[in-house]
Amino acid sequence: MNTLEKLEILADAAKYDASCASSGGARKDSTAGKGVGSTGGAGICHSYAPDGRCISLLKVLLTNVCLYDCHYCINRRSSNVQRARFTPEEVVELTLSFYKRNYIEGLFLSSGIVRSADYTMELVIRVAKLLREKHHFRGYIHLKTIPEASPELIAEAGKYADRLSINVELPKQESLKKLAPEKNVHRTREAMSTINARITETIADRKELRKRKSKAKKPTFATGQSTQMIVGADGSYDSDFLARAGDLYGNFKLRRVYYSAFSPIPEPSVILPLKSPPLVREHRLYQADWLMRFYHYGVDELTSAESPNLDLDIDPKLSWALRNRHTFPIDVNRSPLEMLYRIPGLGVRNAKRIVRLRRHHAVTLEDLIKLRVNLKKTMPFMICTNHHPARLELSSSELRAKFAPPPTQLEMDFTAQPVTTTVEKNMVKQAGVEALHGEF
Amino acid sequence: MKTISIEPHFQAWRNAARALLAEQCHPSDVLWSAKNDEGDGLLFADELPVLPPDAPRLKVPKTFVRLAETVAAHRSGKQWALLYQILWEMSCGNDRRILSNQTDSRLRTLERMRATVSRDIHKMRAFVRFREVKTEQSDKENFVAWFEPDHLIVRINTPFFRKRFAGMNWSILTPDECVHWDGSRITYTDGVEKSVAPDSDELEELWLGYYRSIFNPARLKIKMMQTEMPKKYWKNLPEAEIIEELITGSGEQVQAMMHEQERPLKPVPRNAYLAKLNEMDAIDEPDTESD
Repeated sequence: MNTLEKLEILADAAKYDASCASSGGARKDSTAGKGVGSTGGAGICHSYAPDGRCISLLKVLLTNVCLYDCHYCINRRSSNVQRARFTPEEVVELTLSFYKRNYIEGLFLSSGIVRSADYTMELVIRVAKLLREKHHFRGYIHLKTIPEASPELIAEAGKYADRLSINVELPKQESLKKLAPEKNVHRTREAMSTINARITETIADRKELRKRKSKAKKPTFATGQSTQMIVGADGSYDSDFLARAGDLYGNFKLRRVYYSAFSPIPEPSVILPLKSPPLVREHRLYQADWLMRFYHYGVDELTSAESPNLDLDIDPKLSWALRNRHTFPIDVNRSPLEMLYRIPGLGVRNAKRIVRLRRHHAVTLEDLIKLRVNLKKTMPFMICTNHHPARLELSSSELRAKFAPPPTQLEMDFTAQPVTTTVEKNMVKQAGVEALHGEF
Repeated sequence: MKTISIEPHFQAWRNAARALLAEQCHPSDVLWSAKNDEGDGLLFADELPVLPPDAPRLKVPKTFVRLAETVAAHRSGKQWALLYQILWEMSCGNDRRILSNQTDSRLRTLERMRATVSRDIHKMRAFVRFREVKTEQSDKENFVAWFEPDHLIVRINTPFFRKRFAGMNWSILTPDECVHWDGSRITYTDGVEKSVAPDSDELEELWLGYYRSIFNPARLKIKMMQTEMPKKYWKNLPEAEIIEELITGSGEQVQAMMHEQERPLKPVPRNAYLAKLNEMDAIDEPDTESD
């Protein structure tokens, strides 16, 4: 099998992992070295595939041979997919050639589990070590970590990587037991805890050395960890996903939790029949996640016991506002910043701008237009100098009807009509908000 | 009324602006124009005032300098007058808080220009594609890229490329100017035409193979792709030539997957590690939800 054939199999095998971040690495570059590479600024998306996802890293598996039998996964042992295996040297060569042509920011390496967790982890580490030590590569490296690998190996992986990740895959242990019998939430959390401790420790050690102006070589370790959950493969509610995300952000300071709609694979499992990917649901989860991380929403504010799933028709911020009408309208000239964050249609950036602006003069509708605030959405929920909505001018259900799309445009359904342009436009409009600035 | 003609970069504008300010020249009395290749703007230009040696040092906030440095690259030439107006307000108008006034229309225009230029800077870093050029004498690899920036951003982006690709020789060719790195020094030469740049690289077959395989046909979002990678860049991106083909084939691929027979389970292989996992599960069982 030649390199191209292997690459096609092992990239195809890796594409269901949504993580693409290449930002937040420690500042380093190739100025003093013999190699190439730099990280430390914002990550760069070097290309986009027609699925709208960015291509920023060479995302491949070392091998798609796997002992595990995760039913959502194309590489599980029960799948008849063609198997291939890269040598560590081949991955190194590919990474460097792609990097030098400015196709990528670095490497995202994962692997099927062969022989044992430690054996596999050692192979993955070997690639990173060769890149860093033999080729002086200063680009971004993201390594997939196996929770059952020995702590020494996880520590070594972290030494070479900018980011480590372990996918929890599903929010609850009972789902894993059914769909990914070799995986375990408890062990994953333990490993995340170890990684988090290492990250914190390294930051402290480096700070200490800087403080003492020591010339000793500073320890290096990945600057962050992330994870992914598959949406729509099991019966978990959105509240389960968000609770798990809240758990991981809170306890282990994860940089990102990715949500990946369970998407058809060419090798369906008898345990898990294929469906169209729930893209809208995935998008709503990202929005809710965004609210937790940047808008100070609590996990339990986003869903409720009566409706454990997010509203698919309207975004979770608007949905919260409609459930909490007593909080509104909020006066943008008097309320604290955290309250401005609650106004539907007003993003973090504009909320901060308003706070700065109101030191100069009372904020008017004209000001908001200049700031390009989405007035249609914000007006029923806020007060400014020349705008004062009557308290319950429109009922929550009337407001909901105003913003919700006609119900037929919701899910992409492969079994029915081909995707219409209206549906797509809708999705892009929503997805664009998330990808570009996360304001809604 | 004074007509001031400058080279289109930040330093030139700063020198002129400081001199004008020293003469207390009001913004409405200055007509700014940048010199371009044809040399007009020079024709009716007034002599640039000279900054008197005893002129008081002008202090402006760092944020303003950063804004000015970036918008200086805007191709329109409309930034110079706006920048001078803001500078005037801050110094002679004594309005030092003007920068935090987010609704000042001149600042809004400058901010929008900054966003446009920043995006262009970012897209250049993303979409430059180096192609290897084989030469006999050099032991280092040589790479050449062709790029068509919207704004005059080659010099702003030079440090980025120098730091990232220090270990190889490279050139980035553009219609405005070209930048070269030989492992120790940056040099600039005049802009060139696209035909000067290499038109292929054997690695591109692998890159296209990767692009094809990483695409998930079950989540087609064409508009999303185009928002981030507008069509105007496609002509210089090797992977863009297969976009059409991937989109057309996606429906069929998905249909094939949906009609695929479900695969039965294979027996658990005999493996010591899997056996160990089983034992661990038994231990973990009691408190899987310890959080």
